[in-house]
Amino acid sequence: MKSCLVVDDSKVIRKVARHILETLQFEVREAGDGREALDRCAEQQPDVILLDWNMPVMSGMDFLRALRQSDGGMHPKVVFCTTENGMAYIRAAIEAGADEYVMKPFDRETLESKLQIVGVA
Amino acid sequence: MNMPLQAPPLGSAAHKIVTLLEQRTGQHLDVGRAWRIDSALQPMLRERGLSSLDELVARIAAGGRCEEGLADLVVDALLNQETSFFRDAGVLDLVLTAAMDMVAEAPRRLRIWSAACSTGQEPLSLAMLFSEAQERSGLPLPEIRATDISARALARARAGRYTQFEIQRGLSIRRMMAWFEVREEYWEAKAELRYRLLFAQQNLMSDPMPSGKFDIVLCRNVLMYLSPAARSQVLNRIAGVLRPGGLLVLGAGETVIGHTEALVPSECYRGLYRLAAH
Ligand SMILES: C[S@@+](CC[C@H](N)C(=O)[O-])C[C@H]1O[C@@H](n2cnc3c(N)ncnc32)[C@H](O)[C@@H]1O
Repeated sequence: MKSCLVVDDSKVIRKVARHILETLQFEVREAGDGREALDRCAEQQPDVILLDWNMPVMSGMDFLRALRQSDGGMHPKVVFCTTENGMAYIRAAIEAGADEYVMKPFDRETLESKLQIVGVA
Repeated sequence: MNMPLQAPPLGSAAHKIVTLLEQRTGQHLDVGRAWRIDSALQPMLRERGLSSLDELVARIAAGGRCEEGLADLVVDALLNQETSFFRDAGVLDLVLTAAMDMVAEAPRRLRIWSAACSTGQEPLSLAMLFSEAQERSGLPLPEIRATDISARALARARAGRYTQFEIQRGLSIRRMMAWFEVREEYWEAKAELRYRLLFAQQNLMSDPMPSGKFDIVLCRNVLMYLSPAARSQVLNRIAGVLRPGGLLVLGAGETVIGHTEALVPSECYRGLYRLAAH
């Protein structure tokens, strides 16, 4: 079973994502901000991380940079999942080491398709 | 209580519309879908100020200049046009491999036909795949033709404009960045990509086939909607435009077996079809 860490400060989004991911047979963990997400990754690196951009305490970008420099931090595929939909944002995310990018709002097909593209679904 | 569905009664407006669809496209609506005719056509009835399917059928039957095209619109509204970028991506990789082998054997510009291309995601995926292969390995860009029966779908394919939902389905973010640009709330394929495609409206059952022979024909997720007789007809027509050594690509779960003698599974490319030897 593949594991996914959902990082988003919105409880609703986490719940929606968890529901979709569980029907796709993922084991799901959650974090409400970047700091908490780093802790979860230090416990165990997930196979894939669904990452929001704007969050309190530590943003998605800061988390991503820290993750990629940490032990085993190259393992997880990182899929940004955010309302920041401009090309400049997307480019910055890819340059910082994201593998894929989902523009909110998303549905089941979008998520499944992006997880297939990064090779975890 | 669950009532078993029955086909629309003979002579009813719904039955006449089912018949119209079958005559025009070879599509056979199963009973479940036949009952959705009403909801599928509601927007159109409203737009035209018609009160019922009966009135619509009467208008079509009356003919007359201003009703020309009305039957086409009805058919269009009933077609399933679901598609996505890089649908069954593994198959498209196989198409690229086969194309490279063909060119290695006899260097030339290949001709590819995306038959029943819907809103254009399939031919655009091919254009991206082959443009990238050209950059990587110098493979000559193939000629890519794309056809569909639906004027509405083709107009969208030509424009190459997709909603945020459509653009995220099957397309990697890197390809989206490389090949699309933002236009208002849409994502639009760059002109350099769109200009690599040649579009035309065509009914696979009855319109003339594109001229010349093709190295690769994709006809995916269309046969599944057709009656057995229509499947045979379409497959035989496609066989007629395949070059010897050419390949046919069908959708997942579709086959030529039992529908034509003219095509057989390819030994070299699993899941694709080639002309039968005579
Ligand atoms: C489900 S879509 C498949 C699109 C694409 N080939 C794919 O696999 O994603 C089926 C398409 O077939 C077209 N179609 C149905 N009957 C047809 C016919 N008789 N001739 C040409 N196109 C037809 C429809 O308009 C629709 O766009």
